[in-house]
Amino acid sequence: MKNSENDAPGLLTRIFRFYYEGFTNMSSWGRKVWIIIIIKLFLIFVVLKIFFFPDFLSRNYENDEQRSEYVLDQITKTPEADD
Amino acid sequence: MIETADLSLVDWSRAQFALTAMYHWLFVPLTLGLSFIVAIMETIYAKTGREEWKRMTRFWMTLFGINFAIGVATGIILEFEFGTNWSNYSWFVGDIFGAPLAIEGILAFFLESTFVAVMFFGWDKVSKKFHLTSTWLVAVGANLSALWILVANAWMQNPVGMEFNPETARNEMVDFWAVLFNPVAVDKFLHTIFSGFLLGSVFVMGVSAWFLLKKREVWLSKMSIMISAIFGLLSSLMVAFTGDTSARTLAKVQPMKFAAMEALYEGSSDAGLVAFGILKKSEEKIGVEKQGHDFVTKIKIPGLLSIMTGGSRDVFVPGIRDLLNIGDSTRNIYSVNEMMERGTFAREILNDYKRARMINDEEQIKILSDEFFGNKEFMDESFRYFGYASLNLPEDAVPNVPIAFYSFHIMVMLGFFFILVCVIALFLLFRDKLTASKWFLWVAIISVPLVYIASESGWIVAEMGRQPWIIQDLMPVSVAVTKLSTGSVITTFILFALLFTALLAAEVSIMLKQIKTGPKH
Repeated sequence: MKNSENDAPGLLTRIFRFYYEGFTNMSSWGRKVWIIIIIKLFLIFVVLKIFFFPDFLSRNYENDEQRSEYVLDQITKTPEADD
Repeated sequence: MIETADLSLVDWSRAQFALTAMYHWLFVPLTLGLSFIVAIMETIYAKTGREEWKRMTRFWMTLFGINFAIGVATGIILEFEFGTNWSNYSWFVGDIFGAPLAIEGILAFFLESTFVAVMFFGWDKVSKKFHLTSTWLVAVGANLSALWILVANAWMQNPVGMEFNPETARNEMVDFWAVLFNPVAVDKFLHTIFSGFLLGSVFVMGVSAWFLLKKREVWLSKMSIMISAIFGLLSSLMVAFTGDTSARTLAKVQPMKFAAMEALYEGSSDAGLVAFGILKKSEEKIGVEKQGHDFVTKIKIPGLLSIMTGGSRDVFVPGIRDLLNIGDSTRNIYSVNEMMERGTFAREILNDYKRARMINDEEQIKILSDEFFGNKEFMDESFRYFGYASLNLPEDAVPNVPIAFYSFHIMVMLGFFFILVCVIALFLLFRDKLTASKWFLWVAIISVPLVYIASESGWIVAEMGRQPWIIQDLMPVSVAVTKLSTGSVITTFILFALLFTALLAAEVSIMLKQIKTGPKH
């Protein structure tokens, strides 16, 4: 028990150093793709998700019962009514 | 639908999804294939200890890393689109789609993303064995990711293992194994990953051929071509084999798509396979409005289509007109007219249920639940065709034939072309004539865009060929789509076009720079 407690910080430190050294010694292409990844994730999860892609049913209906009623209406419409 | 000038909300929503999916698919197959090629190269390095192999592995790993990084998370947008643009569909199938996608996220994505760090940061920091294991785990993880996405897609092509709950208007998974081992899923997974392996191989051959033309990195390029040609040849043979088994499955579960892929309007036994053909609009219509097609010219292999679908020339292969009007009794396939009647009956029962629910008629709800929704015969013989109730005319069940036909034939022809490319590469390599055969080096370079065209064509067949369905026989795209303003869908379409084009341009630019720089270390 005592040994594993002593080992744990060492392992975490080693993992931290592994990533830290990896990122600091990264090649130029690595830096470029990381910049692209960060910009991309920002655009996808902040700009697109919040402003352009709200969940339609969650936003317009308060609970699952209302959502299921709405979808039930949609799927049981006759084709003429849909037009 | 998409070919008409008056693009509706459904068409724009489909175009938006298609754009996102096709751009996403530009990144995925190279990850699937190149990850394994890199793992093979590193295995040789670990076995031989020769630095040239390490240098080679690191070079291709760099190109893998660029593609992986630019492509990662582009598929998430497809999930956003489900909730925003395809909300009815998303609700209707949420429980089924949830499980495979959750497993994909938890198991496969974390597996590959954890070990990608070791792949790139771990050289000279972890043991050779651990590094090699990480590289293999990234390859396996990437392909496992694909498995769960493809299982979800296969369910849309052949919905199995679920029960419809009229109370929630959702399908609920009742048999996970039926979903996982759905015959379409098995075929689709194998066909897709092997096509990704082939794409990775052709990519490596193309880049190596460029080095040979420039008289640079001759040893590295020849060895890269050797590995990729062997891997590519084996993969391309598996692509052909799994394509054949897919065709057999398709003929059973999506016969209309199968007929459209061959532009087969009139069915027959001893049906021939069109190896090459050019279509023209026929004067004869299908049904009331839809245009049929004839061949301007074609090369047909007698009897092969019957053999492919049923193992014998005597097997009847139904054409589009047969499927619309009489079905195929040998495979228990009803005509579209019959399925429309059955679907309409199912919709009436669901409407009765809806009305009973509105007035809280518990007794009627119980009767309908017991006699219909809890009744296997009703679910298998009527509700299974629920989506047909939403079609205006039987011919609405026919996909765009020229798109299905041409994309299928382009994919198949290029598939056989790549088998030839791999064989010639190995022949020239073992005869030591590769560097002198400039014509072949150019063929290898030109094959790189061609393999992407083949790969995208495969998805066009799969997705355009199953129209009008988003879920085969259960839900057409016109019902699945969210009633948003067309303008907002056009806006997001343009946003995606810009975002993905920028990402693709970034990838190509960084990758070309790395290729020009060549291997380091």
